[in-house]
Amino acid sequence: MSLPAYATPSEKIAYWGLRVFVGLVLLFLIAPILAIMPLSFNSDMFFSYPMPGFSLRWYEDFFTNDRWQSALRLSVILAILTTIFSTTLGTLAALGLSRGNIPFRATIMAVLISPMIVPIIISALGMFFFYAKLNLLGTLPGLVLAHTALATPFVVITVTATLSSFDRTLMRAGESLGASPTTVFFRVVMPLILPGMISGALFAFGTSFDEVIAVIFIAGPEQRTLPRQMFSGIREQISPTITAAATVLIILSTLMLVTVELLRRRSERLRGIRS
Amino acid sequence: MKKLITVLGAGLLAGSALVGVARADELTITSWGGAYQDSQREAYYKPYIAQGHKITEAEYNGEVAKIKAMVEANAITWDVIDVDSATALQGCAEGALEVIDWAKVGVDKAKMLGADVSECSVPTIVFGTVFGYDTSKLKDGPTSVNDLFDLAKFPGKRGLQKNPTVNLEWALIADGVPAADVYKVLATPEGVDRAFKKLDTIKSEIIWWEAGAQAPQLLADGQVVMTSAWNGRLQTPIDKDGKPFKIVWDHQALDWDLWSIAKGTPKMEEAYRFLAFASGAVPQAEQTKYIAYGPANADAIPNVDPKTLPSLPTAPDNLKTAWNLDTQFWADNGDQLKERFNAWLSQ
Amino acid sequence: MTSVPVTPDSIMRAADGTPLKQKLAQAQRAAQMKALALIAPLFLFIVISFLVPIGAMLMNAFYDPDIHDQMPQTVAAIETWDGQSLPDETVFAAFVADMKAAHKAKSSAQIGKRLNYEVPTLKSKVTVTARKLDKIEAGPWKEAVIAIDPVWGEPETWATIKRASSTYTPFYLLNVMDLKQTADGHITTVEDNRKIYRDVLWRTLGISFLVTVITLILGFPVAYMLATVPQKTASLLMILVLLPFWTSLLVRTTAWSILLQDGGVVTQFMSITGITWLLNALGLISGEPQLFKTRFATVMAMVHIQLPFTLLPIYSVMKTISPTYMRAARSLGAKPGYAYWRVYMPQTLPGVAAGCLLTFILCLGYYITPALVGGPTDNMISGFIDSAMNQENNWGKASALGAVLLTATMILYYVYNKLVGIDRMKLG
Repeated sequence: MSLPAYATPSEKIAYWGLRVFVGLVLLFLIAPILAIMPLSFNSDMFFSYPMPGFSLRWYEDFFTNDRWQSALRLSVILAILTTIFSTTLGTLAALGLSRGNIPFRATIMAVLISPMIVPIIISALGMFFFYAKLNLLGTLPGLVLAHTALATPFVVITVTATLSSFDRTLMRAGESLGASPTTVFFRVVMPLILPGMISGALFAFGTSFDEVIAVIFIAGPEQRTLPRQMFSGIREQISPTITAAATVLIILSTLMLVTVELLRRRSERLRGIRS
Repeated sequence: MKKLITVLGAGLLAGSALVGVARADELTITSWGGAYQDSQREAYYKPYIAQGHKITEAEYNGEVAKIKAMVEANAITWDVIDVDSATALQGCAEGALEVIDWAKVGVDKAKMLGADVSECSVPTIVFGTVFGYDTSKLKDGPTSVNDLFDLAKFPGKRGLQKNPTVNLEWALIADGVPAADVYKVLATPEGVDRAFKKLDTIKSEIIWWEAGAQAPQLLADGQVVMTSAWNGRLQTPIDKDGKPFKIVWDHQALDWDLWSIAKGTPKMEEAYRFLAFASGAVPQAEQTKYIAYGPANADAIPNVDPKTLPSLPTAPDNLKTAWNLDTQFWADNGDQLKERFNAWLSQ
Repeated sequence: MTSVPVTPDSIMRAADGTPLKQKLAQAQRAAQMKALALIAPLFLFIVISFLVPIGAMLMNAFYDPDIHDQMPQTVAAIETWDGQSLPDETVFAAFVADMKAAHKAKSSAQIGKRLNYEVPTLKSKVTVTARKLDKIEAGPWKEAVIAIDPVWGEPETWATIKRASSTYTPFYLLNVMDLKQTADGHITTVEDNRKIYRDVLWRTLGISFLVTVITLILGFPVAYMLATVPQKTASLLMILVLLPFWTSLLVRTTAWSILLQDGGVVTQFMSITGITWLLNALGLISGEPQLFKTRFATVMAMVHIQLPFTLLPIYSVMKTISPTYMRAARSLGAKPGYAYWRVYMPQTLPGVAAGCLLTFILCLGYYITPALVGGPTDNMISGFIDSAMNQENNWGKASALGAVLLTATMILYYVYNKLVGIDRMKLG
């Protein structure tokens, strides 16, 4: 969008007004995230500027304190297992969904996506009673199952989106050349939908890594995940270590975002989509 | 596919092993976090662990509902729980806590002050709910509960616990009800209305805290000019960090903290073993080094550092206007007053 | 089969002689089965481990076995009672037997708790009565029981017990709509000081609506600009939108709760830029602004979190709108504003609907953000579900509130599905 030569004065005002407005909105979006990071290097306990000095003590606390470290470890293990399960289940389902003329497709889709829509507190309550009956409360399998249910919708959505532009004749070509369905999947389909799968997997990882309410209901007292540790920290006593933890998480999410963006562009290039 | 499932299964198992799902011999002890739990860690948990036992710590804010949900769902994750007396009575009446077998505790019940509070618990300390302020910010600070409710004399935010207990009683006392008659008044619907009406006068200036550790934090951050707190939570920052806090002992509410065992925990023997240890005179006296609460074991009192004695809630000077929390009243009426309180909060 | 059979009816047949149409249908069915087999694992997983548990949990909103199970004799005896005068001796005798059993089993508090929901103060009366009756050996019971507490001499108490004696109850659902059943079965509103849940529902809808509108006002121009600037600039700006989107909700809530502290970064910013001075001059505040634990903070943090959800669907629709329409409108003499309003805007509506509905649906279930940056008057339904569960120990109420919240969500989800289609939901 650039101003055409025939722009009227009011159009010019609208043009520049829009730019300023958008700039302010983007600032609003990004500022809290940027403002929190320097505070994690504050040498003092307080959360205000100007900072009296620079210090790495909160990072030292985060990386040496056993509570934070065991929380980080549990979160990583939980998120990895969740990612494996939800990517597998979600990709299979997306492959099925993309095969065309499935009866009750909309209903099936609505069911598969529902964990993303149902308010988390309701999901957590329901799963609490369910896992209590199965004796899975306070266990890692219980947490993994719960997070898998919450994370798969993201995989289904991203992989379905990738598959919608997938050329099915490629599969037939593979099959007609004598490849078994498994070979076709791993040699033809997978390389093409891999970017979608990875995006979905990252979403699943992020969902599990971020989730706190289900953990509060389902996890045992010794199962403190990183979000749970942060949540109780903010509720009770805001220690600056939380800002260090937040900064680490922001860096992690930035890395994930960059990966997803690169993958998206790569796959668009591969499939010859220009936008 | 089969191979994939095997791999996933193996991964799950390996993961479980890594974070230690099996905790067969570990006792989970739940307490109130912050400075209080720190003192328990020093006085009880560390020496007990040194004897070769394993302990997992957990925190809560006295929600009896969580204990009940856990027992009813038959998913006991907290074995031993530090409860206040209302929680002990309610949990006991509703079948969420074990009836204590004193023979297994192994201490002389007659030596334990407050042993008759509830048949489901062994007392550990006596504490006072007080309020305090920062002397560096308020020169002529408040001296009575009336001042807590006096916005003209002391403008600014006050911290109060997000709970009707003590707040309703203080409201009535500040409204002119003699401490001895508070529960008689509070037992009537008009009395409850009167208490809420008094709280209404400062409602806009209240910052509510939930965890005990928040109260001194609010004071330290300057978010409030005064706050209610459990006396030890204010004393510890005074003693350890030299904070210029001052405790107002006027009309402090005395209550017990007690150990209880979750009903039907699979670790019953281990739980009693811990109770027996924690009721001993030596660790109980040790705890007063870390927090200013009065030990329940009478034998511990001679071993308390004389310098600590004046800051205990049971010191004669502090007891002048003190009143005992009527735990039976709260066990009976707590649910309904909590509901009313929550409704009042959100209005 | 050695040869293709001759077909006098000129139907095309496959090699094995079946009509081609049938064969094709067979093949399609096989493909369909294969597709369903791929979906089945996840579908079953979600249904069994997610939807069924939620359904079972919601049953708690109606399921009410306490009185039925723990006062079996009273429940049986009271069935024939007319509900008007005081029940006769048989009911009292049954009541005494139940109370004695309850005292032994330590379940009298449970009974009292349930009755207390409807008649406050009954809890302590039940436990005291059970305790005292334990010491009385023989009847007549009617006088003995009434002597312990006059509440047992009131027909209304017995009407409450009779009403609660069924295994299923409308009580909790009525309760969360601020309604109650009176002794004679009529439904009325509860006393003013217990009225709370209608407010909470309206508050939840109100906050969600406000957040949705603000995200639309802020997001629409950003989406427009993203869709119309050159690709390179757009990619760069997109990063600024997506970074918060990818940053964990908890981290962003943490960020807000730290930045909004009294004397924190936001108040500093306001006083440096003169906003504090301006607000003071306008008489809106006096002194330093209080932001933390307010409705303002709640809405601000929620807008920040939801903005990308509203913005991205609008953006993806705008990208498909060809600029030629606008040029055509202009060349036909439309003023820019008119052209924009009549030609461009209507084409963005599907995106606006998709973004706003998604944000509204997600807002309804907010729990963490109001709990951490809002005050007690900003708690939304989810917060009350949590306190019913974790503080009041009232599973019936928690489930009933859950049912209300879920119903609202599902209605909107249905509308979303009809209007937008879940397939079109995109992430990033």
